Amino acid sequence: MHVPSTVAARLPIGSDMDLTWIRQHVRQAAAELGFGLVQQTKLVTAASELARNTLVHGGGGHMECTPVARGRIHGLRLVFTDSGPGIPDTELALSDGYTSGGGLGMGLGGARRLVHEFTLDSRPGEGTTVTITAWASGPPYPRRAL
Amino acid sequence: MTCPRTEVIGAHVPVLTLGDVLLVTVQGDLDDQTAEYLRQDITRAVAETTATGVVIDVSGVEVVDSFLGRVLADIAATVKLLAARTVVAGIRPAVAITLVELGLTLPGLCTALHVEQALRLLREPSGTHRGAHPRQGGV
Ligand SMILES: Nc1ncnc2c1ncn2[C@@H]1O[C@H](COP(=O)(O)OP(=O)(O)OP(=O)(O)O)[C@@H](O)[C@H]1O
Ligand SMILES: [Mg+2]
Repeated sequence: MHVPSTVAARLPIGSDMDLTWIRQHVRQAAAELGFGLVQQTKLVTAASELARNTLVHGGGGHMECTPVARGRIHGLRLVFTDSGPGIPDTELALSDGYTSGGGLGMGLGGARRLVHEFTLDSRPGEGTTVTITAWASGPPYPRRAL
Repeated sequence: MTCPRTEVIGAHVPVLTLGDVLLVTVQGDLDDQTAEYLRQDITRAVAETTATGVVIDVSGVEVVDSFLGRVLADIAATVKLLAARTVVAGIRPAVAITLVELGLTLPGLCTALHVEQALRLLREPSGTHRGAHPRQGGV
């Protein structure tokens, strides 16, 4: 499968209008990589949650979008980076319902459920990086013999 | 002197009046400002008219994240305080699946499969929601 060169990108997250661009870019990139409609919607929603966290809690940053492949299966890796205050207790932040502001506290834990791979890396005072990966047709692990 | 920079941020979503019901059709990607306008415009319209029901048609919305989900829930709560009912119509299947995995089941939001069903629901007196199988209380 040919991967269009438009998929890889680095997009700023500095205002709520940037969230619209991020959703559009991720939607198009996932569609071009062969993601089904439900997979696209899950990934775009996860990206929207994480980009909003980067903006609201991290004080802005950027998202990097990279196509990945394992064998013949295509995926999309999204990295959200900010140099904000960081997260002192990542386990707590990931638990449903926890919010330090007036949110619902579903963004981080929800985004983790919507993708195949999720890594949260945060240092208090230095910033936060969240990396997610979704695959076009389930995670590309070898199938067990029946 | 340079002209002041104008940016088009946010757009008002038209609110149609159908008898006692206000119909709002939301389409495409809703930026935060548009979502905020939506809340204000619907609230004002309910307060200024004799409307007893609001139908928000989201069949053209491809993504509902926790922000937009909360806006919809807040609109429904506000409209209820103004003595009217809100039905969210036409949530796409992919959006419904995503909302449940996200953990956002939006209890308290009354939903219908499409606008027609929503209008039927609103014509019934409240509390007799048996006929059209309203999905009250989320998933
Ligand atoms: N990039 C970040 N930098 C600093 N803190 C963060 C970041 N992302 C998340 N957090 C912390 O983790 C908490 C949980 O995040 P989560 O997205 O689950 O909820 P929320 O943003 O508070 O509310 P919601 O997303 O439901 O509107 C936040 O309240 C915040 O304290
Ligand atoms: Mg959040």
